[in-house]
Amino acid sequence: MKELLIIIIGSALVNNVVLSQFLGLCPFFGVSKKIETAGGMGAAVIFVITLSSFVTSIIYKAILVPTNLEYLQTIVFILIIAALVQFVEMFLKKCMPSLYQALGVYLPLITTNCAVLGVAIINVQKDYNILESTVNGFATAVGFTISIVLMAGIREKIQYNDIPKAFQGFPIVLLTAGLMAIAFFGFSGLI
Amino acid sequence: MKANTPAERLVNGIIKENPTFVLVLGMCPTLAVTTSATNGIGMGLTTMVVLAASNLMISLLRKFIPDGVRIPAFIVVVASFVTIVQMLLQGFIPALYASLGIYIPLIVVNCIILGRAEAYASKNPPLASLFDGIGMGLGFTVSLTCIGAVRELLGAGQIFGKQILPLADAAAGKMGYEPVTIFILAPGAFFVLAFLSALQNKFKVGAAKRGIDPSNPDSCGSSCASCGNSMCKGKRG
Repeated sequence: MKELLIIIIGSALVNNVVLSQFLGLCPFFGVSKKIETAGGMGAAVIFVITLSSFVTSIIYKAILVPTNLEYLQTIVFILIIAALVQFVEMFLKKCMPSLYQALGVYLPLITTNCAVLGVAIINVQKDYNILESTVNGFATAVGFTISIVLMAGIREKIQYNDIPKAFQGFPIVLLTAGLMAIAFFGFSGLI
Repeated sequence: MKANTPAERLVNGIIKENPTFVLVLGMCPTLAVTTSATNGIGMGLTTMVVLAASNLMISLLRKFIPDGVRIPAFIVVVASFVTIVQMLLQGFIPALYASLGIYIPLIVVNCIILGRAEAYASKNPPLASLFDGIGMGLGFTVSLTCIGAVRELLGAGQIFGKQILPLADAAAGKMGYEPVTIFILAPGAFFVLAFLSALQNKFKVGAAKRGIDPSNPDSCGSSCASCGNSMCKGKRG
């Protein structure tokens, strides 16, 4: 139990995917203009990463390790993730239309989110078992959601500020992310 | 210059459509591995090899891959080359393998590679595609090396591991450069890229206007054709 708690705090806050590991930057910069859309993206990411860490971890342990095919992990993981996202999309469309309405737009974008593949590979590198992998996936995705929602909140405020011309658009967002990364350094004493 | 000649493709990749500064693709490795100029070059060249090889392969296969499954097919080709390169690095350049770490397998999801496969290699002959890959890869390498050099210089006073700025030594009472360590930590990556792209804005190359918003095709500028995100609304709709 204690180990799981350490994984949760470590992945969600201390080693935040976006701000300290630089994974999933495209949606972080792309979908962080409004708090609602950022929240939607975050929810979709939590859903997909938790599920994909679970599935990739099972397949790695049950198929790749016994057959000595560990070196195929990159190919296998990316195919699993792409297929999984398609399945989730079809399933939600059919069975939970209201949830699909809320998450639908963001789901396909997640295949190209490097955080999903990144978490799967980190799980293997750190030699997590299936439960730990799933928890790590969930916590990482929560960390992603925290940072993207915070970023969206800041960006909504930035709109009313007078920004030097050269810094408008992408540069000011990068600067904001840099300051947020400094703030997240504050968590490093937690574990 | 005539279109689609090897030389034109190289210039296009390095300057006109520089993947980092003009197309704003592949941000994750750009920020993550550029703690030093050496790492930047290593990551850039690794990506270049994968990009050139997958472009060549996809261009050779372009008449055989059915349109409906082309994205998964491209991903398998790219993932195979990434695995090959990963093993070669592990075997022959273990130091680079260790310092790039998890970002080597993540080359698979680098949007530059899938973007070029989709936008160029799947429509053009092998030789031009090969040089397109090399050009784009060199452009990526140049940008990563620049960012890496700035961060290394400010963060440690070095470039390529050579001490450029003599360090201060308080004990010996020597005056010199005090390294700003934050530049080789995570926030420094954001700051350096922010200032480099602000500089570029100043000189009106105009990448900031293309800040990528995948859900809104209007916001990724005119570069939808060269964008790797096949799921983007602009392409689906």
